[in-house]
Amino acid sequence: MPYFSEIYGNPSSSHSFGRKAEQAVEDARELVASILNCKASEIVFTSGGSEGDNLAIRGAALTRRQLGHGNHIITTPVEHSAVSRTMEQLAVVMDFAHSVLPVDDLGMVDVEEFAELCKPGTTIASIIYANNEVGSINPIPQIAEQAKARDVWLHTDAVQAAGQLSLDVHALGVDLMSISGHKFYGPKGVGALYIRDGLNLLPSQTGGSHESGRRAGTHNTPFIVGMAKALQLAYDDIDTRIAHYTQMRDRLVKGICSRMPDVTRTGHPENRLPSHASFIFEGLDSSQLLMHLDMKGIAASGGSACKTGNPEPSGVLLSMGFKPEQAIGSLRLSVGHKTTTDDIDYAVDVVCEVVEKLYRLNRETLL
Amino acid sequence: MSNNADVRVVVAMSGGVDSSVAAALLVEQGYDVVGMMMRLWSEDTVTGGAHNRCCTPEQMNDARRIADKIGIPFYVLDTKDVFRNTIVEYFIDQHRQSFTPNPCIECNRHIRFKWLLNNALALDADYLATGHYARVVESDDGEFELRAGIDHNKDQSYVLSVLGQEHLKHTKFPIGEFPKPDVRKLAEKFGLPTASKKDSQDLCFLGDGDYRRFLSVHAPDVMKPGPVVLTNGEVIGEHNGLANYTIGQRKGLGVSYDVPLYVIATNPYRNALIVGTRDDLGKDNLTAKRVNWVSDKIPTEPFRAEVKIRYKAKAQPALIEPLPDNRLSVVFDEPLRDIAPGQGAVVYNGDNCIGGGIIERDEA
Repeated sequence: MPYFSEIYGNPSSSHSFGRKAEQAVEDARELVASILNCKASEIVFTSGGSEGDNLAIRGAALTRRQLGHGNHIITTPVEHSAVSRTMEQLAVVMDFAHSVLPVDDLGMVDVEEFAELCKPGTTIASIIYANNEVGSINPIPQIAEQAKARDVWLHTDAVQAAGQLSLDVHALGVDLMSISGHKFYGPKGVGALYIRDGLNLLPSQTGGSHESGRRAGTHNTPFIVGMAKALQLAYDDIDTRIAHYTQMRDRLVKGICSRMPDVTRTGHPENRLPSHASFIFEGLDSSQLLMHLDMKGIAASGGSACKTGNPEPSGVLLSMGFKPEQAIGSLRLSVGHKTTTDDIDYAVDVVCEVVEKLYRLNRETLL
Repeated sequence: MSNNADVRVVVAMSGGVDSSVAAALLVEQGYDVVGMMMRLWSEDTVTGGAHNRCCTPEQMNDARRIADKIGIPFYVLDTKDVFRNTIVEYFIDQHRQSFTPNPCIECNRHIRFKWLLNNALALDADYLATGHYARVVESDDGEFELRAGIDHNKDQSYVLSVLGQEHLKHTKFPIGEFPKPDVRKLAEKFGLPTASKKDSQDLCFLGDGDYRRFLSVHAPDVMKPGPVVLTNGEVIGEHNGLANYTIGQRKGLGVSYDVPLYVIATNPYRNALIVGTRDDLGKDNLTAKRVNWVSDKIPTEPFRAEVKIRYKAKAQPALIEPLPDNRLSVVFDEPLRDIAPGQGAVVYNGDNCIGGGIIERDEA
């Protein structure tokens, strides 16, 4: 990685070290743009998914209100908190009218309902591409069609989808889309935001004219280069990866469900992220479950990444109609491109053993 | 289990000095150590910002940093429901009945050495370790004895008197062999960032150590005013809730009289605070219920031993007589001034804690 050492220049500097770094950043931009099927000038590098979501939503809402387009913003109850908290802040602190588009019991939005919720004065909607907790994929192209017809800008948080689903922004029809490097084996702490040509966003972070004035701050050259490379590797053989993810995931789901017929699966059974499996073990506490799995070498997640022992039932699961005591027992497992069938079989054994043990323990220590 | 590496020890970590040093000592001794923290309670701050002291995000971060530093896995378990249902409810209910409860005893009985111990054993642990100042000693005939910590000022065997053989055979108290100043030195030696933290005191779920404020927020009905009555029946004032008083208390009675007055008793049925002079104080006997014998063997004969009636009290010589239904009676050689129903009466033979129960109220 020469960008940590020899090519240490600031891409914004005009000297030769800077120019070399600048070239690397611009090459990375073209690479990312080629995978998103957009122009390089439509890509802004960020510090990750959260920053992209913030810039897209706050930037769009404020700019469009300033220009008199309206004051109404739309989101769903199954967004990452980078989206939902930004929306809440706009509503509570900045007096935006905020609507939450409901989801069904699979965690998906309905295109007709979306269309009905849009009204004159709706400026920006943010609808997650594929949910991180339950894996369901939303019908983004159909939503985009409705949004376009009503002059509503559509942002999608594609953080979880990147590396597994098509990121072709023209096929998706979105105006704004955020991705994050760490979801496709890139570095953590770097991401990209697609901003359709012609969209003007009020920057979240003001300062120098980096990224054409849309995102101030010195470029993190090695991370940007690393992210672009990782994205290229993921999409060079995306079909092979998807096939592998699907095969491993299906083996995992089948193994767990055949041994524990009472388990609840969450999210859409087919129309979901290929690497992603999610369950509810009713009556269990996911913090306890995750501890036992970790001790056996299995890194899993509950509702969301919570290690405080103060689990709030996942808002995503509650919005899908699950009860709090169900939502507390959620477990999500994901497979990677190096996961083997042996890994899956071990994981199935461990999950089933641990779950049975914890059900027994809870029965015995009921107070 | 000759090789410590094959022995898994779950250590209950609070982020404080004692449990951190306990964890570090176990790692040094080569055990397979796992850190756990119980999220017991989180008091809302809407009432004025007084957080509970235990298991705050800061302490969780401290404990996690220490676990990372000494290289052990660390997990936080949600224990809030069971803690609220057993310990906090008990604490409030006891005050409602005008007892002076010791929630730490009940926490060890129901939470640490039941709920947590079971979780540890389910994680294939052989032992649960805590940062208590006490010792477990295995006698020649294979019986586990509960001993006071080497540092008598810090000894916590009083609140552990609910343990029996099934608990003790799975229990380690790594710092019980050390005086507190040595524990601080060990913290420095291990480079633990808590080396200079001050000692924790009072109840973990009270933010400010003020149980009266806690009760007025969580059980306002407990703070009901009532009469202050002399032992001869004369009403001399009004108290602001029996939970504000404990037996032997002199300060803060809110009545003026020509000689100093002390709390002699409470009468929860009349919501009356009974006060008297120094001469009225003092009592040489008590009975206790819910008695535990550490050896699991109920003594058959009365015997002489020493009894502590509060965590910080000195053990006093007495004659102990086991009674049916898990009760016991104690007759002290000398009268004591602060026998408070609800506190533990814990029986010692020198350093050896042999059991204890919860002090009953004399039904007059």
